[in-house]
Amino acid sequence: MKLNNEVNRKEFLKLSGVAALLGFGGPLAFKIYASGEFDAAESNSKVRYGMAVDTRKCKEGCTDCASACHLKHNVPDHKSKKNEIKWIWKEPAKHLFQDRDYNIEAEFSADMPFLTLCNHCKNPSCVRVCPTQATWKRKDDGIVMMDYHRCIGCRFCMAACPYGSRSFNYAEPRKGIAKLNPDFPTRTRGVVEKCNFCEEIIGTGKNPYCVQSCKEGALTFGNLNDPDSEIRKLLKNNPSIKRKAGLGTEPSVFYLV
Amino acid sequence: MIEKGFKGNNFYKIWLLGLALVAANGIYFYMRQLDEGLGITGMSRDISWGFYISNFTFLVGVAASAVMLVIPYYLHHYKKFDKVVIFGEWLAVGAVLMCGLFIMADMGQPQRAFNILLHPTPGSVLFWDMNVLTGYVAINFVVGWNTLKSEQSGLKLPGWVKPLVFISIPWAVGIHTVTAFLYAGLPGRHLWLTAIMAPRFLASAFASGPAFLLILLHVVKKTTRYEVEPDAISTLSKIMIYGMIVNIFFYSMEFFTAFYSNIPDHKETLQYLFFGLDGHDKLVPWVRTSAVLGIIGVIMLLFKKVRQTEGLLILGALLIFISTYIDKGMALVIGGFIPSTLGEVTEYTITYPELSISLGIWAIGFFTISVFFKMTINIRRSI
Amino acid sequence: MFKMYSKIKVFTGVFIFLALATFPFWNKVFIVSKTNYEMPDANIKPALAFARENGFSGCIEDRAFMRAKHMKLLNHWRNEVVRENKKTYINSKGEHFNKSLTGTCLKCHSNKEEFCDSCHTSAGVKPYCFDCHITGIQNTNQLNSKAEAIHEIK
Repeated sequence: MKLNNEVNRKEFLKLSGVAALLGFGGPLAFKIYASGEFDAAESNSKVRYGMAVDTRKCKEGCTDCASACHLKHNVPDHKSKKNEIKWIWKEPAKHLFQDRDYNIEAEFSADMPFLTLCNHCKNPSCVRVCPTQATWKRKDDGIVMMDYHRCIGCRFCMAACPYGSRSFNYAEPRKGIAKLNPDFPTRTRGVVEKCNFCEEIIGTGKNPYCVQSCKEGALTFGNLNDPDSEIRKLLKNNPSIKRKAGLGTEPSVFYLV
Repeated sequence: MIEKGFKGNNFYKIWLLGLALVAANGIYFYMRQLDEGLGITGMSRDISWGFYISNFTFLVGVAASAVMLVIPYYLHHYKKFDKVVIFGEWLAVGAVLMCGLFIMADMGQPQRAFNILLHPTPGSVLFWDMNVLTGYVAINFVVGWNTLKSEQSGLKLPGWVKPLVFISIPWAVGIHTVTAFLYAGLPGRHLWLTAIMAPRFLASAFASGPAFLLILLHVVKKTTRYEVEPDAISTLSKIMIYGMIVNIFFYSMEFFTAFYSNIPDHKETLQYLFFGLDGHDKLVPWVRTSAVLGIIGVIMLLFKKVRQTEGLLILGALLIFISTYIDKGMALVIGGFIPSTLGEVTEYTITYPELSISLGIWAIGFFTISVFFKMTINIRRSI
Repeated sequence: MFKMYSKIKVFTGVFIFLALATFPFWNKVFIVSKTNYEMPDANIKPALAFARENGFSGCIEDRAFMRAKHMKLLNHWRNEVVRENKKTYINSKGEHFNKSLTGTCLKCHSNKEEFCDSCHTSAGVKPYCFDCHITGIQNTNQLNSKAEAIHEIK
């Protein structure tokens, strides 16, 4: 059923797109479709990276993961909620899971700080709306990438993301960085940024910085498409939830509860 | 031809100069925005589109409403629109020009704007919006220009212009539908996630556009004593009222679905806009004003006597214009971000630089519209 | 239609507009390019020595190629690294390099002011690479020590 839905949506988009493009020349239309990341959401790669956040292990008051990430990625701290940039942070559980009855479903309390970051969705709505393919889903591992060289700063992706995972550089980023990490670029003003699942280091078999920095072992990173991976075993043996599952974006970040 | 748009009395020259000054002030603040970034606006991480995109959305509607003059005149041969159609087309040209400027003002990296063409992405609605708006401004300009030229020379309208006129009809519906799709296809933004977004956009456009045109033509009449057919004014006002009635009807549909289904996500933004949410109610007075003015405007103009009294008709048009401007030009876009995807209420306050830039863009739009209107009037008088 | 006097006015206006709009271009062609600059040979030698010490035969490609095409190469790299996840460059000699402006190029050419800026400034180009990519010297101890190492070789 689910598979059918996906195929239908893909077919529908293609048909309507092709119909609309006919005026611009059929062959061109096919070329544009074939070349783009437009189909990426449906790709069946061997690897689909994901993360499991064990909310039972995550320690209250600890922000090691966020500090490590923000330090390594030169994420600025502008000391202002308006211009705020964040890749990974803690948010009261009630904000992440809004449709629970916290009086009765008491596995965790409403105000318990939960970790949140980009979900690297299987069907990312941010990717669908980007007019320049400055954000796209990488075919070989499912990471939702950002090209800061190409982003025009229209912020359509921020409107489209149902998780509030994206930040925009309203202010000059370097002014908000206390200690620069020379191994990773900063961003330029006027582009959108977000978590990249530490794309720059995981190629060498390393875990993302947030996972590395967690002393409680609350974070597990791995391949969701490999049934023998550690993350899949965790998800098999523990009850888990994901954010706003009803929207069909299919997040790759799971919460063990 | 265009030089005729600059010929007028001293009052007209002062008007143009004033607009140029407001535009210059806007450009000054835009330079500052380029220098300091969008941080000088009221936009934030939670409310990532603000006054610029709101105005853009409203003005696409104004532009699309030109079709309400083109259809009666060209499809139904309603000859009384003879003199007025071209003003609708000029209004569309000015409105789309402002749309483009508002988009440019909103971009974080405007110098990379051509990336949209360099990396065409048919899956993105914004890509299509840019295409249809560019096409629409071109069509209206070419049609308007050639119509006026043929009036001036007394020759028939060239044959190739007519097809363009007919293309402009679905195209006008297209620009506002595509603009509605910018909003109506986003998961997690429940105020926008409604199938009647495009119909609502069109309905409010067919109210706000004619209202704007009625007001402009009234100003033209008062300042230059140039008058269009009174019957055209009367028909235009009827179109406006129908548009507004349908708009109010559609809006109430949203209320029914949200509140009868009792789904929190669907209710929350409407609650914020009309009653306030979690103690935040900055937009409430505006939105209520919009609702009251819109309803008063419609009820007033339902009476033929009122419509036939010029002052009252213009008052009604003004009420409807303000009502739709607040609704679409403020509440719709900003409201869509409240509450945020994390369920929090962050409010939006426009900043002085942002307002200056916006006024500057409006001034450029008014300047363009003034010159085109004036050119038309001067040419018609010289025939 | 246009009368003669308005034609002159219009064309003057158009000319002034075009002149202003294309000013950056003319500025570069006729004004900036007149400024001579010297090929900075001196500060390439220590970089070469540093590369050799680290087991490479020299720069990734020969000097003529790099002078003429480094911007194209970097542009190509950035697309491949960011968009295609291809992070290793194999040069004409079969040596492998990490495609990285700061991690590879500037490790040897560690003095950005002398190596990059001196030409860019006199040629009137302002690449925005360094708005984001962090150059070592002023920022980190680690790179400072590398820079010192190079100065010692000198």
